[in-house]
Amino acid sequence: MKVDETLDCVGLYCPVPIVKTSKQIKELKDGEVLEVIADDKGIKSDMPAWCSKTGNEFLGIEEEDGEYHAFVRKKET
Amino acid sequence: MSGEKESATIVVFSGDLDRALAVFNIATAAAAMGMEVNLFFTFWGLNIITKEKAKGAKEHPLQKMMGMINKGGAKHANLSRMNMMGAGTMAMKKLMQDFRMPPLEDMIKMAKELGVHFIACTTTMALMGVEEEDLIPEVDEYVGAATYVEKAAGSTINLFI
Repeated sequence: MKVDETLDCVGLYCPVPIVKTSKQIKELKDGEVLEVIADDKGIKSDMPAWCSKTGNEFLGIEEEDGEYHAFVRKKET
Repeated sequence: MSGEKESATIVVFSGDLDRALAVFNIATAAAAMGMEVNLFFTFWGLNIITKEKAKGAKEHPLQKMMGMINKGGAKHANLSRMNMMGAGTMAMKKLMQDFRMPPLEDMIKMAKELGVHFIACTTTMALMGVEEEDLIPEVDEYVGAATYVEKAAGSTINLFI
């Protein structure tokens, strides 16, 4: 997957990853992809919920060595 | 569908650290998800938004007495359980620090940055002898119950913490 920006939230707990995501997404252009890396398990359900509420597209989560890589596409604003 | 934002309203009644953290965790999450968030600080909750060095025109002798025991400021909030004369609270703060969790003071700033509304209850202010200057700059409104009810009636999330 082509990623335009990566946000490292490893070691940070809810709600900080979501708060940082909402801030970071503003820096992206419409249609660009943000990768959020976190090790707090909550991100597995938090990211889809955040996307659903904000209208950004949830592209999936991959788990790798206890880290979760979530991919989000910025909506048309 | 109307263009109006979905809103969440939280009554912050407790002045306890653990409860206050719950308030701000939810408030910042909701705000990060695009909701309008209203925090109504009443009774002990007022302590969360009081400046540390609050003067206040404490006219009534009982207000003066209470003011001495009831220390204001988010910094002085204690755990609702296991406070153990402050030792438990200190331990919890250290634990949070080790886990890189933002302390209450930082959560307050984060919430303000996200546009969360800080609303103070005027009746509690009068009762406890707290003036507008005694409250942190994040506070934007001073209201009564009717305002709370109106906002709550229009909110999809309503909490009493």
